[in-house]
Amino acid sequence: MTDNKDNLVLTTRFGLEKSYTADVYQKTGGYKSIDKLFSMKPDDVIEEVKKSGLRGRGGAGFAAGLKWSFIPKNVDKPKYLCVNADESEPGTFKDRYLLEDDPHQLIEGIIICCYAIGAESAYVYIRGEFDLAYRRIEEAVQEAYQKGYLGKNLFGKNYKLDVTVHRGAGAYICGEETALLSSLEGNKGQPRIKPPFPAVVGLFGCPTIINNVETISALPYILNNGADAYKKFGTEKSPGTKLFSVSGHVNKPGVYELPLGYPMKDLINKVCGGMKDGKALKAVIPGGTSMPILTAKDCETVTLDYESMTAHQTMLGSGGVIVMNEDVDMVWVLRNLSRFYAHESCGQCTPCREGTGWIDKMLVRILREGGEEKDIALLNELSDNMMGKTICVLADSLSMPVISFIKKFPDDFRRHLKNRPQAVRVGI
Amino acid sequence: MEFTADNKKKFDTLLTRYPTKKAAILPTLWLVQGQYGFISDEAMEYVGKLLDLSPVHVLSVVTFYTMFNRKPVGKHHIQVCRTLSCAMMGADSLVDHLKTKLKINEGETTRDGKFSLCTVECLASCGTAPAIMINEAYHENLTPAKLDKILAELA
Repeated sequence: MTDNKDNLVLTTRFGLEKSYTADVYQKTGGYKSIDKLFSMKPDDVIEEVKKSGLRGRGGAGFAAGLKWSFIPKNVDKPKYLCVNADESEPGTFKDRYLLEDDPHQLIEGIIICCYAIGAESAYVYIRGEFDLAYRRIEEAVQEAYQKGYLGKNLFGKNYKLDVTVHRGAGAYICGEETALLSSLEGNKGQPRIKPPFPAVVGLFGCPTIINNVETISALPYILNNGADAYKKFGTEKSPGTKLFSVSGHVNKPGVYELPLGYPMKDLINKVCGGMKDGKALKAVIPGGTSMPILTAKDCETVTLDYESMTAHQTMLGSGGVIVMNEDVDMVWVLRNLSRFYAHESCGQCTPCREGTGWIDKMLVRILREGGEEKDIALLNELSDNMMGKTICVLADSLSMPVISFIKKFPDDFRRHLKNRPQAVRVGI
Repeated sequence: MEFTADNKKKFDTLLTRYPTKKAAILPTLWLVQGQYGFISDEAMEYVGKLLDLSPVHVLSVVTFYTMFNRKPVGKHHIQVCRTLSCAMMGADSLVDHLKTKLKINEGETTRDGKFSLCTVECLASCGTAPAIMINEAYHENLTPAKLDKILAELA
């Protein structure tokens, strides 16, 4: 965590004893926003969130308040909130901590969002492997019901809200919002074509908002302190703080809350205590493995915000930062990712189902037997044919790494070519 | 097969949480797996009847998700994360160590039925890599030596 506690929005209770109970939550300012919430009109809540500039923290970075405003007003159908707690993007483990350490903050955020969009029912879709997180959020929901914070007439107001924790069963794709809806409705978790967007036709055919755990968890702070206070953190285009999950070859991996715009080099060298074993930095995946890669040189200048990442031809994504040292073979890394995406493809679209597996087989062959110059061209061509040609972005999530790895680390690929005198062979 | 009285009650409560019966399929399958440790063909038919779904729909859902076991697994189901951060921090050596020690391959169970071994994709434990799951519990920052200690306690 950062040293200055005043800087924190999301993680103020991390590390407190029994931080996950309603008692500790309330003693530390929890559920304070509710009175203010009910004194506001729902549209004013949406406006405040719009003003805060809060962007979706699941990966796409779409403006949260704007998304909410797409919910049609005069529709005689129930509206739903789905909290996306299906955290599965490799390198990302922040939502797990939010669920384990501060589940009531999420519940307070759910109340705020549901009031704003007019929903009386919310589902928390949590990944199946998160046993402790599941128990914590489930217990917190039960506790909230017992105390009258959820259910009929919550907080004594003329408003009702049900929250159900729904456990997934092991499928990366269910983190994609329309796949999440398919899964929650009782089907295979396969994405749907957009439009219609979930805000119009979502869960059970009704208007639905899907937001990430971290996005919803930021709401109590925004409501309590106002959009302007939130905007004091971060940059003009990327306001607020964000959780970064850091893993790989650093001395202190972990989850850190930082204001957006924080320099990548300081994250690695200061916050994370520098490179492990004094090795040199080679590459960083900045926002979960679906994002294009950064070189050590890129990391000198890039900052942790949406616009700087775009300028460096990558994305902030989920904030899952994977740090790699000089010993890492980028072809080996890419093959680890291709295996992941081939395994997780839902099988609906041919370019993804066939393409991810094809790329994986090629990379295995290059590593084991050595490759040829034309293999590299084919990897690029395959990726190009997968990008933007499928229902969801899983195919793009492998294509972008393939293209960026080849572009930024060509020597790593050349090392594996057969015509090299000392072609490298890797037993995998 | 049939649910225990306790699970029957849990199932009835589940149905009140969703506007359709179909939406209760994942939690219902979790109840089945909790009761039997795996989901048999007979169980899929039973779930289909409970939720007014065809057995083939239940099958399509069960086989889509990796956490549903279609055959019994060992008492201790060891799942080693193989994705990037864990792989960089030595997941392969954990798998090799387990294979040698338990004398089984991935996807197999020891003869005494105590241990099953498989590899899985990212467990969202990248900052404490390498990580594994044994049944529901995470074990993090592992080394072969730490793993031996855990296995000794379970054996």
